[in-house]
Amino acid sequence: MAEAILSARGLTKRFGALEASRDVSLDLRAGEIHALIGPNGAGKSTLIAQLAGSLRPDAGEVRLAGRDVSALGVAARARLGLGRTFQVSALAMEDTVLQNAILGALGARGRAPSPFGRALARGRLRDTAEAALARVGLGECAGQRAGSLSHGQRRLLEIAVALTLAPRVFVMDEPMAGLDGEAALSLRALLDGLRHEAPILLVEHDMDAVFALADRISVLVEGAIIATGTVAEIRADPAVRRAYLGEEG
Amino acid sequence: MSREGWFNLALAGLLVAFPLAAQAMDEPFLVTLATRAVILALAGVGLNLALGLGGLVSLGHAAFFGIGGYAMGILASHAQGYTPLAEWPLLIEGTKSMPVIWLVAVATSGLAALAIGALSLRTSGVYFIMITLAFGQMFFYFAISWPAYGGEDGLSIYVRNGFPGVNTLVPLPFYGLCLAVLALALMLCWQIARSPFGLALNAARQSAKRAETVGLSPYRLRLAAFTLSGAITGLAGALHADLNRFVSPAMLSWQTSGEIIVFVILGGTARLFGPVAGAGVFVALEHLLGELSDFWHIWLGLLLLAVVLFARGGVVGLVCGERRHG
Repeated sequence: MAEAILSARGLTKRFGALEASRDVSLDLRAGEIHALIGPNGAGKSTLIAQLAGSLRPDAGEVRLAGRDVSALGVAARARLGLGRTFQVSALAMEDTVLQNAILGALGARGRAPSPFGRALARGRLRDTAEAALARVGLGECAGQRAGSLSHGQRRLLEIAVALTLAPRVFVMDEPMAGLDGEAALSLRALLDGLRHEAPILLVEHDMDAVFALADRISVLVEGAIIATGTVAEIRADPAVRRAYLGEEG
Repeated sequence: MSREGWFNLALAGLLVAFPLAAQAMDEPFLVTLATRAVILALAGVGLNLALGLGGLVSLGHAAFFGIGGYAMGILASHAQGYTPLAEWPLLIEGTKSMPVIWLVAVATSGLAALAIGALSLRTSGVYFIMITLAFGQMFFYFAISWPAYGGEDGLSIYVRNGFPGVNTLVPLPFYGLCLAVLALALMLCWQIARSPFGLALNAARQSAKRAETVGLSPYRLRLAAFTLSGAITGLAGALHADLNRFVSPAMLSWQTSGEIIVFVILGGTARLFGPVAGAGVFVALEHLLGELSDFWHIWLGLLLLAVVLFARGGVVGLVCGERRHG
């Protein structure tokens, strides 16, 4: 079995009486796409936030590449190789596509930029950014403002920015949301290829994409993982069918 | 060159030509007026770094302006009175040397900005505005109740401080000195805006979440920008005090903070020459309308209202259009 690059053990998070995460344990292994599915309100976003460091769990730990990162924030986890994309694009919309990608490459250097640093010219940052944009097919749009991109292109730019970090793992929150037809298919092909660079934890509602891409699936219901397995195992799991896939008995 | 580039060049040309023309017409008062505009522009350039690039609406920049002013006032008053600032454990004398005064002004206002920023940048939005205002007022009331340096009456010096090789007592050379400092500050800001730091700061302004997700700390970026911003505004304060040969708690008042914000908004937020245009318009209005009525601020208020409602990019935006990217 491949080693776990990102793992969660016993994550628990309460908001008052609501237990949004209940003793969640999860592994993301090298080379895999691990899909996290569950009905709305199951606690997927809360779980992702705990993995990425934007939410502190009440109990449990998160390990990234063998290191306990439970006490670290978002920026520190990103520097350790956690590349995240958002459900609602969080880009610098006034900046160009290239500038957004350079920002990722800048963060990947691991040290804070100095106000007296050299002006951005052609250099390694720019090369890394351009390579990432070319990889997702946005090379032609480098000079455009991020705010002028279509919904699908913004999704691709999110992934390109994550790519510039040369991440150890990707955590992607519904990258397919709002995409259909050609755009969804090309993004699916992109994700399929990315898994070999870094494993992907994929939160997704598009079940066709999940079944086509995922090596393993974990099903989250009411804050707890009720099943983890291959696509075939999950499809056959009666508890999953009852709780999530909407089938009776 | 872009339209904004040409505009900036024209404005720079005006900054050189106007005082020369005023001198040729034997109007030294206009040179002094231009000097005031250049110094206020420098204060605005400082704030623009935090406000324009970093999105930090500071209502406490008068504190840095005033600290710079008092750095000049305190050092010069000790020098003119031949009394040391301190005798133990080190003998610290006053000075009439502008370079030394500027260094002290930059260091003290920068340190104050670092301390104020470290606390206030833990908040955002209206809370940040209120905390910076509160810090500004703290310094204001401290200056009022500090009898050693004039208290409410302020502090006068008899003769303007000196700069090696420049006769600062004559309006035109002093103007040239202030213009050179402004030019250096503009070059620094131009460089910063094009540096990786500027890119990261600007991105953190648009989306703090984005900056964090790529491993950058918005807090550190903003603190660095706020510190530099305070230091530049402090330098402007030292020059302003030297221009008037007078420093008073009024430099630290929240109205001064408001005026520095007005320079930036009037000229164009986040535009390199925005504060220069804004301070120029402000000083011109103050002079022209001030002659007509004591209530000229009403007209300034209406102009500001028009800018905010119809010309968000300020004077620079109005002339040059929307900001270019990339």
